[in-house]
Amino acid sequence: MFGYYLDLAMRSLKRNRMLTALMILAVALGIGTSMTTLTVLHVLSGDPMPGHSQQLYAPQIDPQGADSKTPDDEPLDQMTWIDGMNLLRAKRADRQALMTGGAVPIQPDNAAIDPFYTKARYTTADFFPMFEVPMLYGHAWRGEDDDAKARVAVISAKLNEKLFKGEDSTGRTIRANGADLRVIGVIGDWSPNPHFYDLNMGDYAKSEDVYLPLATSRDLKMSRSGSISCWGNGSDAEEALETESCIWLQFWVQLDTPAKAGAYRDFLVHYSQEQKVLGRFERSPNVALLNLMGWLDYKKVVPSDVKLQTWLAFGFLVVCLVNTVGLMLAKFMRRAGEIGVRRALGASRRAVFAQLLTEAGIIGLVGGVGGLALALLGLWLVRKQPDGYATLAHLDLPMLAFTIVLAICTTLLAGVLPAWRACQVAPALQLKSQ
Amino acid sequence: MDILPILSTLRRHKVTAALVILEIALTCAIVCNAVFLVGQRLDNISTPSGIVENELLQITANGIGDQPDAHARITADLAGLRQISGVDSVTMANQVPFGSSSWNSSIKLSLDQKRPTVQSVTVYYGEDIPKVFGVEIIAGRAFQTNDYTWFDDAAKSGNATFPKIAIISDALARKLFPDGNAVGKTIVTGTNEVRIVGVVKRLTRPSIMDYSTAGYSMLLPIRMTMSMGASFIIRTQPAERERVLAAAVTKLKAMDNRRVITEKRTFDDVRKAYFASDRAMTGLLIGVCVALMIVTALGIVGLGSFWVAQRRRQIGVRRALGARRKDILRYFQTENFLLATIGIVIGMVMAFGINLLLMAHYELPRLPAIYFPVGAVLLWLLGQVAVLGPALRAASVPPVVATRG
Repeated sequence: MFGYYLDLAMRSLKRNRMLTALMILAVALGIGTSMTTLTVLHVLSGDPMPGHSQQLYAPQIDPQGADSKTPDDEPLDQMTWIDGMNLLRAKRADRQALMTGGAVPIQPDNAAIDPFYTKARYTTADFFPMFEVPMLYGHAWRGEDDDAKARVAVISAKLNEKLFKGEDSTGRTIRANGADLRVIGVIGDWSPNPHFYDLNMGDYAKSEDVYLPLATSRDLKMSRSGSISCWGNGSDAEEALETESCIWLQFWVQLDTPAKAGAYRDFLVHYSQEQKVLGRFERSPNVALLNLMGWLDYKKVVPSDVKLQTWLAFGFLVVCLVNTVGLMLAKFMRRAGEIGVRRALGASRRAVFAQLLTEAGIIGLVGGVGGLALALLGLWLVRKQPDGYATLAHLDLPMLAFTIVLAICTTLLAGVLPAWRACQVAPALQLKSQ
Repeated sequence: MDILPILSTLRRHKVTAALVILEIALTCAIVCNAVFLVGQRLDNISTPSGIVENELLQITANGIGDQPDAHARITADLAGLRQISGVDSVTMANQVPFGSSSWNSSIKLSLDQKRPTVQSVTVYYGEDIPKVFGVEIIAGRAFQTNDYTWFDDAAKSGNATFPKIAIISDALARKLFPDGNAVGKTIVTGTNEVRIVGVVKRLTRPSIMDYSTAGYSMLLPIRMTMSMGASFIIRTQPAERERVLAAAVTKLKAMDNRRVITEKRTFDDVRKAYFASDRAMTGLLIGVCVALMIVTALGIVGLGSFWVAQRRRQIGVRRALGARRKDILRYFQTENFLLATIGIVIGMVMAFGINLLLMAHYELPRLPAIYFPVGAVLLWLLGQVAVLGPALRAASVPPVVATRG
């Protein structure tokens, strides 16, 4: 029966090419724009650490003075050096890392390459196992290296390619900010999106090229970048950063079970109380422990423009579908005579309904394919945009399947009303008027 | 034109009529809001900086390793740049309007005040910024040579070396001292008391979170060293910019071949980069509006054609009974006008609703009333243009159709 309906549908669609083309165009335009924006939204709100993000948490405490500028209800989103070090040394989580970002000048041995600046991350040993950083060559540093301010570095595959032509460079040295660092590891393909562990670098920043122990970076006076905020008498002079009331470090912990997360939160409260007794904190304990996805939500990482674009595109899709409903209604009602004959010859209302929906489905399928082409074009245009996230906009397989399904479903939905109206045709009346 | 017969006909085509109305209403609601958003973005893009944009160049250069004698180095660099022909004036500034880094501080009116009067004000450091940036001093005076402190001295702990005077922007002056006359008053930046000695007309901030506070800025008599992302700002003639930029880069390299130039651009590029995503969004919004109107127009054409085909007999009868072509044309035009009007009324209500949602979620202002009549006229025109084709076809139906079975 379905084959027969297909045949009928094709004949009908061919009969009025103009109207058919209009319907397909409307569906394709609506689907194309919606899928373009939905794909961008999907990519941007993705999980940077799939399967692992529930165990990663960003602890927040509030060391500010009683009369400082942020309202009392929000703990700070970065750490002071003193608190960061205290929490790091407490080792109350399964893993913990303290870090900040910067830019280091690299002077290649090869005179053909000019000195250049590259992004660096100054962190502690747990960073690598905690964020599941894959190693192409060598290994990351250990806790002892942090304590010893070891002159070691882990570099990205990209930098390894540039400096050492992609060879195993472990044991060789790089000259960074005038100091020699021994390469002990090369990172494989790793670039979590968003750049969750330090959003100050740009929400969708690429991962860094050079990693070295935080203590080493302080020792070598490596230049630091990112956000810094001070209160009270806090001065942001570089040499005073480790003692002043300024926040400039990111602290992440891994807590394997919800029970451990609960215990860690209690620990943060306890720590704040202790610091208040010591006179360092002036406010009563004000802590938060968001997991990775909660953190991204709290920091409003997905750009509001992208959400707005998605709403706009769906508004457009609704208009396109209303348009399709109208056109299909016109098309089906025009065939009232033909439907009357089929009904008179014994076709049930259900059969006529199924036949008309088949026709709607074909429009949906063709419109969906057209929409897919438009979405690919749209994403290509998005990638040309200047925003930091633009290069991430690619259609993945689930989104591709979703496009076609969305197109067919919405068109079938649009076809329901016209098909139902057409089924109501009284056969006798139609036959008589012919 | 008698609209009663039209209404009674429409009553017999409720569903189709409702679809046309719905489509027009949705288009009207979306287009009104999208055009409003475009207007907002265009306002943002045209935010004035207060500086002589077409005469300025920015070069960021970073040294490698420890930089001893920072004061002597930068003094020599600036002197070297001044020798380049075509260079009007030069300074080292910690930031520029619409630049990529931003230095901010809170402002209080007295030391014992608990909460700041203004949370965040951009603080510009650099010698002779008003002169180099071309910012007009509208009250008080500029800084003099002996007012200046070096950045690294001022940043050291203890407030002894911190400047005691400041120049603020007119926008900030109005906010802090609504009664006027800010010059001579004392304010507190962070924990330092400074006396206002001058007011500049306008000096916009680098990164703008909220356009209502875009003009809140302040200048301190601090000489920048080549650190913390500070950059050379060169003022020259508009036509000389490219040549001077290249010459300045060569000169800086020649003075220290180990340094890395991380940024070199004209101020036009600075502005372009800052507003790139606003421009992209504007393009997208306009694109969607045009696509929406095309789809709506095509929908009206499609349904109009259907109606004309369906009513060929009736049209023939009317023509046979003496209706002129013009009357038939008018009939379809009036019908479309009625549908569009209902659609526009519903659309306006929806537009207002969407605007309320946007105001709640995206901190947008209220949709100005002017959008309603403009939107209405636009959609009426759209409807009339779209229906013209089918209406003309209807008008050309010959009276003889009435006699055919």
